[in-house]
Amino acid sequence: MTMTTAAGIGNRVRMMPSLTTAGPFLALFILVCLGYLMNRDFLAMSNVLNVVTRSAFTAIIAVGATFVISTGGLDLSVGSMVAFVTGIMILFMNMVAGDIGLWAIPAGMAVVVVAGSLCGLLNGAIVTLGKIEPFIVTLGTMGIFRALITYMANGGTIPIDASLREAYRPVYFGAIAGIPVPIVVSAAVAILASFILYKTKFGRRCAAVGANEDVARYSGISVATIRTAAFAIQGLCVGIAAICYVPRLGAATPTTGSLWELQVITAVVIGGTPLRGGTGRIWGTIAGAIILEVIGNLMVLSDFVSEYLVAAVQGVIIIIAMLVQRLSK
Amino acid sequence: MTVLLKANGLSKIFGTVSVLNDISCDVRSGEIHAIIGENGAGKSTLMRLLAGHVQPSGGSLELDGKTVSFAGPATAEEAGIVLVHQEILLAEGLSVAENLFLGREIVRHGIIDDAAMNKLAAAKLAEIGCHVAPKTLVKRLAIADRQLVQIARALLVPHRLVIFDEPTAVLTENEVERLMGIIRRLREQGAAILYISHRLSEVEQLADRITVLRDGQLIGTFDGAGLTQADMARLMVGRDFSALYPEPLTPSSSTSPEEIFEVRGAHVPGFVDDVSFKLCAGEILGFAGMIGAGRTELFEGLLGLREGRAELLRLNGRMLRIRRPGDAIAAGIAYLTEDRKGKGLLLRLGLAPNLTLTALSWIHRRLFLNKRREAQMLRSAIDDFDIRVRHPAMLAGQLSGGNQQKLLFAKVLMTDPKLVIIDEPTRGIDIGNKSQIYGFIQGLVKAGKGCIVISSEMQELIGICTRIIVMRNGRISGELNGGDMTEANVALLATGAQGSGRPQSEEHPKAAAGSMIAVTSIPARGHSFSVQGAMQS
Repeated sequence: MTMTTAAGIGNRVRMMPSLTTAGPFLALFILVCLGYLMNRDFLAMSNVLNVVTRSAFTAIIAVGATFVISTGGLDLSVGSMVAFVTGIMILFMNMVAGDIGLWAIPAGMAVVVVAGSLCGLLNGAIVTLGKIEPFIVTLGTMGIFRALITYMANGGTIPIDASLREAYRPVYFGAIAGIPVPIVVSAAVAILASFILYKTKFGRRCAAVGANEDVARYSGISVATIRTAAFAIQGLCVGIAAICYVPRLGAATPTTGSLWELQVITAVVIGGTPLRGGTGRIWGTIAGAIILEVIGNLMVLSDFVSEYLVAAVQGVIIIIAMLVQRLSK
Repeated sequence: MTVLLKANGLSKIFGTVSVLNDISCDVRSGEIHAIIGENGAGKSTLMRLLAGHVQPSGGSLELDGKTVSFAGPATAEEAGIVLVHQEILLAEGLSVAENLFLGREIVRHGIIDDAAMNKLAAAKLAEIGCHVAPKTLVKRLAIADRQLVQIARALLVPHRLVIFDEPTAVLTENEVERLMGIIRRLREQGAAILYISHRLSEVEQLADRITVLRDGQLIGTFDGAGLTQADMARLMVGRDFSALYPEPLTPSSSTSPEEIFEVRGAHVPGFVDDVSFKLCAGEILGFAGMIGAGRTELFEGLLGLREGRAELLRLNGRMLRIRRPGDAIAAGIAYLTEDRKGKGLLLRLGLAPNLTLTALSWIHRRLFLNKRREAQMLRSAIDDFDIRVRHPAMLAGQLSGGNQQKLLFAKVLMTDPKLVIIDEPTRGIDIGNKSQIYGFIQGLVKAGKGCIVISSEMQELIGICTRIIVMRNGRISGELNGGDMTEANVALLATGAQGSGRPQSEEHPKAAAGSMIAVTSIPARGHSFSVQGAMQS
């Protein structure tokens, strides 16, 4: 009989293409309608592109976080990591700019991508080799990365060399076929990530490891390898986000990327990826990242609520998102 | 005997599915009343109705001749009806006493009185013959002891009717015997007992009356004394069920059968000490022993699933070095875990990802997944293994236990292994599925694969194996062949009888193995008993 009840639930779930999957997109749609009602300028092309562009950093990093979370991990260090690898990148570019001129920019991009991946690999290696909770490990590396950037910047800022500034600008402010570069980059990252997560053996193994580590192990999957790879992907995404981020501020500071880890985890969770792992929803994550930015934007555009309360509204949203997921089960 | 609880035309409908239809039966004080039926027959639903966990869609309950309805388990408990759940529901991080009193702690002046609870817990545990210290953490207990703690917890409530839902599913035979003693004592104290079990031998020994359900219908209530196990099986499945076990395999005629697998000097720290054995083509090798004898740990150690080493490991003449589970699978060894839900299947995922998980590299040669091929493999697995699915898109967790086990079978065979090690092939599944699974196991051997079966059910091993190795305390204590494979001999080797350890004749099994072992058997095959044969091992 447990059999028949279970099947009954199964039927119900199939009939209602679950709220978890459609939820983030529905929520985004409602927010957009609300925004339009409150302020007609909300849907102006410039505003839309601006909002999506601003969400690109969260989105790119959150795509990486979707891998980590779907394998049952968690990475709290991404905000500090952004600051740290941005610092490394700028220092490197400034160092070589005198010798190789504008070639410093692509070289710097390569450096930051490698640095990010290595940082992720470090997180993953400590988690899997040390058999320590990801929460604790990344709490530790979060502090380490943050301290390192503060040390590197000597408490101040690490500005990008003036000779590079103009040439680098388009990576954030430029557009390809009318679409801002950060949007193009985050779309590319999301497409690639969803291919990896949904269409490859690696993606299947990620889900298996997150759903039940023991089952994965008994199925001959190397749990440590998959976990570590997910952290490395997270680091890679941080590196890519840093590439787009540098021109926006033109410097790395000890407060760069501060509290981004919370934004990122919020985006993933609003997007419908359960924190316990086993499933990852890349496009939900993207929607989640945009939702966060839309809320901020709406609050700036309307005089309804003080913009100082943005974080409070985001907090309410994440709790509502979890409740919706719970109730849709 | 007075009727305690009476069901009048109970029925239960979930959605549009009727799982119980017009069930009328009664339970009397001072009797053990067994409820038997295949999986899906409605036993558990009936129990949950009686214990107030679900509400009936029709019919009524009478307690002491008065119509009652239970709003929930709490109201049923107030009336003295307690349910001992099939799954072990204890908080592992808490102590035994804390678990016993969870939710009903003894409080003095607003402060929890641990001393009183520990004292009372010790008394309650002693009453049912469980001698664990009340302060022990539950996670340090063996499964059998956890089961007893769970029973003690249920019995803390003043009880008039105790419902046991498959209490013996995870117990070995001597632990079952102990549990049966507890149940009989409860009956002597005047309680009514409802007992659900798949193991018909237990029902035959225990039950005063037996109610049979089939497909949600009441087949009837019978006097326990007049019903043999064969009768019960026939009533449950509605047809004659003499052939639970398939025809025995005929050992290959050649004088020196080809050797498939050899293990020499296997050690698993803390569990297994110096174990060596061989497996030949055409035989099904059984591993018997108590829980804790090290059977599962032996193979987990050999296959890289836990720390362990062997001096020599050879499969089809090739030496193996296995460091991690993937090596074993790549070498052609499949291991079907005893823990279907915890280590075998991803319950929250669909059937196809489960089926292909071990064999991803076999099935998907290229980088990306070939979902069409996967769907096709699922379809053929469903056909080959007769997996009853309502919809190919359902989740593995929504399958019944027997069908999950068949899916697990299909999964581990996806890599086309040369050697298949099956740990508890039929734990917690019904007779119809059991019989099919025995057929699959024989099919593997006929297809030339090596096959090792670990089981805590002696009848099962005797029924399907051609040879049985018995383990005790991490070592092989003996080996049984042909006619020597009797329950008495297996029990003897598994428990280590006092004195010489020499196998005794079947007339005095209890004297031989202490009072722990009961000889219960459907003579699946007419094995004759021979003392000499067993001694050679």
